[in-house]
Amino acid sequence: MIGTLAHGAILVSLAVVAFGMFFIPFAIKRGRRDWVALAYSAVYTNFLLITLATVAMVWALVTHDFSVSYVAQVGSKATPLFYTIISLWGALEGSILFWAWVLAMYAAAVVWINANRPGNLVPYAATALMGISLFFGILLIGPADPFKPVFPVPLDGPGPNPLLQNHILMAVHPPLLYLGYVGMSVPFAFAVGAMLSGEVLTDDWIKITRRWTLSSWGLLSAAIIAGMWWSYEVLGWGGYWAWDPVENASFMPWLTATAFLHSVMVQERRGMLRLWNLNLVVGTFVLTILGTFLTRSGIISSVHAFTTGTIGYYFLAFIAVTLLVALALVAGTSGRLKDENRFDAPASRETVFLLNNLFLTAFMFTVLLGTLFPLVAESVRGIKVSVGEPFFNRMSLPMIVALLFLMGVGPAMPWKRTSMAELKGKLLPPLIGATVMLVIAVAFGARNFYALVTFAFVGFSGASNKFEIWYGIRARHRAHGENYLTALFRLMAGNRRRYGGYVAHLGILTVALGIAASSTFRTETEATLKPGDSMTVSGHTVRLKQVWGREEVQRSVIGATLEIVKNGTVTGTIEPKMNFYPTSQQPVPTPQVKSSIAGDLYANLQAFRPDGSSATIRLIYEPMVPWIWFGGMIVVLGSVLSILPTRSRA
Amino acid sequence: MAAVNSRKLAIVAVVGIIGTFAWLLYGGLDKNVVYFWTPTELIAKGDAGFERPVRLGGQVKPGTVKWDDKTLDLRFVVTDVDGVSDIVVHSKGAPPQMFRDAMGVVVEGRYGRDKIFQSSSLMVKHSNEYKAPKPGQNGKDMVKTLMQGNSTT
Repeated sequence: MIGTLAHGAILVSLAVVAFGMFFIPFAIKRGRRDWVALAYSAVYTNFLLITLATVAMVWALVTHDFSVSYVAQVGSKATPLFYTIISLWGALEGSILFWAWVLAMYAAAVVWINANRPGNLVPYAATALMGISLFFGILLIGPADPFKPVFPVPLDGPGPNPLLQNHILMAVHPPLLYLGYVGMSVPFAFAVGAMLSGEVLTDDWIKITRRWTLSSWGLLSAAIIAGMWWSYEVLGWGGYWAWDPVENASFMPWLTATAFLHSVMVQERRGMLRLWNLNLVVGTFVLTILGTFLTRSGIISSVHAFTTGTIGYYFLAFIAVTLLVALALVAGTSGRLKDENRFDAPASRETVFLLNNLFLTAFMFTVLLGTLFPLVAESVRGIKVSVGEPFFNRMSLPMIVALLFLMGVGPAMPWKRTSMAELKGKLLPPLIGATVMLVIAVAFGARNFYALVTFAFVGFSGASNKFEIWYGIRARHRAHGENYLTALFRLMAGNRRRYGGYVAHLGILTVALGIAASSTFRTETEATLKPGDSMTVSGHTVRLKQVWGREEVQRSVIGATLEIVKNGTVTGTIEPKMNFYPTSQQPVPTPQVKSSIAGDLYANLQAFRPDGSSATIRLIYEPMVPWIWFGGMIVVLGSVLSILPTRSRA
Repeated sequence: MAAVNSRKLAIVAVVGIIGTFAWLLYGGLDKNVVYFWTPTELIAKGDAGFERPVRLGGQVKPGTVKWDDKTLDLRFVVTDVDGVSDIVVHSKGAPPQMFRDAMGVVVEGRYGRDKIFQSSSLMVKHSNEYKAPKPGQNGKDMVKTLMQGNSTT
C-alpha cells in the first residue's frame, strides 16, 4: 500500500523533472521568464515527491512492512530501531533513493536561493540538475526500484548486512559521503549552465557556487575520514586505508575538488586557468558518478557492492552521455575563453597553485589507473590481476610529499612575484619547523626515506601556516592595539576565506602526521593466551582474564576480557569481541581500541577455543592514530570558517 | 622575459611530472600487478610462478587444515574447484573463526621454490547465499558452550 504510493510519487517526479528539463530551454528561447519560474516549481515539486518516497521508505522500514521489497531485503524485526532506520542506505536500492533525495534537496535549495538572479545561468543550471535527477529517477523505477511489491509477504527479513549494523559510524559515514558527493553536482550544473548561457565569460558561476563547492568538499573530507575510522574500528585489521577501490572512489573526486578549490582562486584573482577550471569541475562530477558505478554495480566485490544486476550499464551510459555533453560544451567554449593574464614569475603564488594542481591531477590519474587497471585487464585480456598497495604507495608518496611541501610554500608566497629577500624571512620559521620534526622523527627511530621527508615537510608547512596566521595576529595587535586573542578572532572574522584555508591546511597536516607516525611506528603481535597469560606490544601489557559469551536480541557475542597491566597493577580493561549474526556465516570482528593522545592500543579477538580455555589475540600499538580523526575535524572547521559569510567590519 | 621564463618553467614542470609519472608507471605497474591464479595455473607457470606476488584462489582441501595455536602456524592445502592440483599454503596467524573444509579462499603471497606458498594475507570468500553453519559452529551454540564452561570453572 505505502509501496504503491511511494512508487507513484517517484513516477510523477520523473514526469515533472522531464518536463522541467525540456521546458526551460524552450522558455528561454521564447524569452519567457514567467515560464522559467513555472519550470522552477518542477524542481521544488520533485523535492517534495522524493521526500515523500524517502519518508515512506523509512516508515516501511520502521513498521517492518515486508510487502515492500527493500524492507524484505534488509529489514528484520530483531534489528534495533536505530540500525533499522539507517539501513535506508545499507543496500543498493535504498542508497539510490537517498542519493536522489539529497540531490533533489540540493537542487531545490540552490534554485530557491538564486531564483531571482537575472540571466540564463541559473535556468540552465536547473536544467542540468534536473537532467541528473532524471537519471536517478530512472534508476528508481528500473534496476534500483526499492518499492517492488512482494508476495506472499514474508513474516520477517534477514536484517542488514552484519558489517553495516555493527558500528555507530554507519550513521555518520554514508550520509556525509552522499552530501559531499552529490554536492559536487551543484558546481557541475552551474559550469554547464555557464557554458550554455554564455555567462562563462564572466566568473559569476564560480562566485555563486563557491560556498556549495566548499561545503561539499568539507563534507566529502569528513566522509573520507569517517570511512577510515569505520574501517579501523570495525574490520579488525588495525588499518584505515588500503587503496581499496571503494576508498579510491571517494578519494578521486576529493583530489580534483581540492585542485579546483585552489585553482579557482587563480581565476578569481588573476582571470587565469578558466578553461582548466571547467575541466576540473566536469571531472569531479564524472568521478563521483564513476565512483558510484564502481561501488554500486557489483563489479568490485566489497561491503559496498550489493548485487550484480544491470545497474552498471545505466551508470556507464550516464557517464558516457555526461562526458560527451560536457566535453562538447567545453570544446565549444574554449575558443571564446581567454585568460586575462599570464604567469609573471616562477616564484609566485599562482605558480605554486599551478604545481599543486598538476600534482593533484597526476595523483588522481594514478589512483584512477590503479583502480581501473584490473577491470580493463580482465575485460580486454581475460586475465585476473589486482593492483596492490605497493603500487599505490610507491606512486603516491612522491606526490604526497610534494603537496605537503607546496602547502607550506604557497601561503608564504605573494601573488604575481616574490623578491628573494622577502621569501628568505618568511621561510625561516618553516625551515626551523622542518628541522625540529626531522630531529624528533630520527630520535624516535624513523629511518625510512619517505617517512623522514613526510615528517620534515609536515613540520615545514605546519610552521608556515601557523606563522601566516601569527603574522596576521601581530599586524592587528600592532595596528589596533588588540590583545592577541581578540586579534585572532577578528582576523578570522575579517578574512574567513584565507584563514579558513590555513586552518584546513593545518588539519590536513595533522592527518598526514597521524598517518606518517602510525604507519612508521606501528608494532603488532599475535599470541594465543590462556586465562592469566599476558602479552606485550611496545611496552603495553595485557593479561587475559576471561573468554565469555552473551546473547543479545539480534546477535550472539563472544568476547575476551583483557586487563591492561602497568607496573603490576591493572589500569583498565580492553574487550575485543566477535559478533555472530544468525544470517551470516562469518562472525563480525569487533576490535576494541583504547585511545590516548599518544596513540592507540588496538586489540582484536582472532580466534578462541570453544570451551573458553584460550583466546588468540592480535595486539597492535599504533602511535598518533587519533590525530587523524582530530585532523579531520580541523579540516571541517577550516571549511566551515571559509563558508561563513565575512562580517562587514563594524 | 619573465613571461617566457614562466612558460618554460611550466613546460619543464609538466614534462618533469609526466616523465616521472611514466617512469614510475612503467616500473610500478610491472612490478606490482598481482596476478590471480588457480593452483593449476600457478603450477603451469613453472619457474615464472616462483617468488612473485600472487593471489591464489581455490578451495580448502578437506582434512588438511592444521593450526598450531602456540606458534600460530597455519597450514592447509588449496585445491582447484575440480581438485586437479594442490598447493600447500603456510601462513602465520589465526585462521578466520569459521575456516572450514571446502570453503573458497583467496590467499595472497609468494610461491616458494620449496613448493610451499607463503601467505601474507588470507581472505575467505563470502558467498551471498545463506548457508546454515554446522551444528556447534553457530554463535548461539558457541555462547552456550562458553557459558557452561565458565559456570563450571
